[in-house]
Amino acid sequence: MYTFNHKDLLGIDQLSVSDINMILDTADAFLEISSRDIKKVPTLRGKSIINFFYEPSTRTKASFEMAAKRLSADTLSLSANESSMVKGETLIDTAHNLQAMNPDIIVLRHPSSGAAHFLAKHLHAGVINAGDGMHEHPSQALLDLFTIRKKKGRIKGLKVAIIGDIAHSRVAGSDIRALKKMGAEVTVSGPPTMIPADVESLGTQVVLDPARALKNKDVIMMLRIQLERQSGILFPSLREYSNFFGLNKELLKGAKKDVIIMHPGPINRGVEIAWDVADGPFSVILDQVSNGVAIRMALLYLLIGGG
Amino acid sequence: MITWIKGGDIIDPRLGKQKKLDILIRKGKIEKLLTAGSFRPPGSGDVKTLDASGMVVTPGLIDMHVHLREPGEEYKETIASGSMAAAAGGFTAVACMPNTNPVNDSRPVTEFMLERARKANLVRVYPVAAISKGQRGETLTEFGDLKEAGAVAVSDDGRPVTNSELMRRAIEYARFFQLPVISHCEDLSLSPEGVMHEGSISTRLGLRGIPAASEEIMVVRDILLAKLTGYPVHIAHVSTEGSVAFIRQAKEEGIRVTAETAPHYFSLDHTAVIGYDTNAKMNPPLREPKDVEAIKRGLSEGVIDVIATDHAPHSPLEKDVEFDKASFGVIGLQTALPLTLALVREGVIDLPGAIAKLSYNPAAILNIKGGVIEEDREADLAIIDLKKEYVFTKERIKSKSHNSPFIGVNMKGVAVLTMVRGRIVWESDELSPSSR
Repeated sequence: MYTFNHKDLLGIDQLSVSDINMILDTADAFLEISSRDIKKVPTLRGKSIINFFYEPSTRTKASFEMAAKRLSADTLSLSANESSMVKGETLIDTAHNLQAMNPDIIVLRHPSSGAAHFLAKHLHAGVINAGDGMHEHPSQALLDLFTIRKKKGRIKGLKVAIIGDIAHSRVAGSDIRALKKMGAEVTVSGPPTMIPADVESLGTQVVLDPARALKNKDVIMMLRIQLERQSGILFPSLREYSNFFGLNKELLKGAKKDVIIMHPGPINRGVEIAWDVADGPFSVILDQVSNGVAIRMALLYLLIGGG
Repeated sequence: MITWIKGGDIIDPRLGKQKKLDILIRKGKIEKLLTAGSFRPPGSGDVKTLDASGMVVTPGLIDMHVHLREPGEEYKETIASGSMAAAAGGFTAVACMPNTNPVNDSRPVTEFMLERARKANLVRVYPVAAISKGQRGETLTEFGDLKEAGAVAVSDDGRPVTNSELMRRAIEYARFFQLPVISHCEDLSLSPEGVMHEGSISTRLGLRGIPAASEEIMVVRDILLAKLTGYPVHIAHVSTEGSVAFIRQAKEEGIRVTAETAPHYFSLDHTAVIGYDTNAKMNPPLREPKDVEAIKRGLSEGVIDVIATDHAPHSPLEKDVEFDKASFGVIGLQTALPLTLALVREGVIDLPGAIAKLSYNPAAILNIKGGVIEEDREADLAIIDLKKEYVFTKERIKSKSHNSPFIGVNMKGVAVLTMVRGRIVWESDELSPSSR
């Protein structure tokens, strides 16, 4: 008999294929709630969820908060600039203080890789990693899988290209792991300065040229260029990046006719993705956002013990 | 009073030999080395007998690379607590690096350290002075004055000298005072914000990498500066396959360069970081299995002359934090010996060779006493039980800090007694009762 048996969601590595299928199936059931007139069920009434965001976030934070509210949990959102972090409190002290309030789940976004693991080691409450440094962003990868499954009917055997700043992307970190785990084939692409050391060890192949990388792919995932990385060392200018690594209509001509285009957001229009591609017929970017709420409802539900 | 160490196997690292001899010690000196069993204690008179049967007796171990944190960070370690940890690890002498607060860049700091060491009255403490004022890499410190005060070498350890001209002049100037120059090799511009070795594990963990090249570039630079100046350079904490290769080649060409590594570089690789264990965060970082193999080969072939701990105590304030924010470094004084003995059992080096790297060689490089067992020498000795098996626990740690990746690990071999100038500074309760 299968049970979903996790206290925390720190990364994709900890999940089995059955766990992932369970999360996707549960999200399917919750998707319907979001389309109702009254978008609320009492499932998590009396449970408390803290969203703790040490980095700016719109989508992920709103998505977790919306998910918790639709399940009737009490939520509290903190960001670094309004927490005692600015007063010099350490993460471990912050963690102990939050624990003292006895929440059920803490959703953490933090600039340091491993921060969620650190917190989970010190807390009784469940911890959901909502993005740690350059490491993982597992709920994003799960919503990506969910979106792909809905659009393509399967994940296994699909060919996926992930294009952009692979080295600094936690989304890529989780997506590569999740797609590989579910039997997809993954190719990463982008400027060599943004391909991490020995990325093949994650089970992906590297094709630097985006035009070649996206050939025969069922899914193209574009990654956001973080504007703060414009130091001039990793790539010379946004203009050049856009010319050689951005996804535009011209480049898309070489893609499969039924390709879907994904992006974790927020998008830099005209940099990694052209206007008309982001809004074009192949784009499923907004589906990803809708599906995100359902995935996060599923995660909260399963981690608190609904499984 | 005479101290009689009987029945032990004496290791002579200089000759590479092991012999059964009894040692008689009087007034802090080795008075006589005798054929085992030939000594008849006088009926009267005071004889303290230490039964070393089944054990080995070695020159007191010498660690040429420790951080004792005093002055400035006494909450991590003091010269007294570090000396105690050293004694418990079989060490009778340590050379302490200058990155204290204030930096050891002037006579008063060196003298303060030596005064603290005298008060602690345990092991010999040899201060290493900074190469540049404040370790800022701008202007030279007063090598002459520092040497007179008691400094035995110069190094900007922890903060590499990035300016190659300054490094060249430091080596040239050090020659006049015959001060060894120890170099921490790291091209900081190649490892900005790096926290672990750059490779498959840094990619997996999403941590910023420090490529092997960041060490190797500076190893090559310093080898070339040793060649240019004709004066030796000692390369600290070698961690990569490439560094070993460059040092081997330099030695073959007759360039005067010596090198050390630390036990963690031949005992662990970068997979130890999985789980974000900050006790596996050190600089240089733990490398790949191929590097570990190369370090072992370097030790066995004599490319690497010295095993030094780079003992770097940190408190939970620096270690119980996010991996990115954690300080670099691990303690090592009490694990160096058992980890080195594991190499002996593995057949990488023989026992006298291992003890040479832990005593005779560093003494020769620093031009200090020790590293031999000879009549008329001061009695700095360690008695080592090679067979003792135990789990290395927090409770065993004598250092003020507990940042070791080896806590909970099975060890074999321990110093049961450490003696400085004939005086016992450490005696384990694991020494057989008959000897007390």
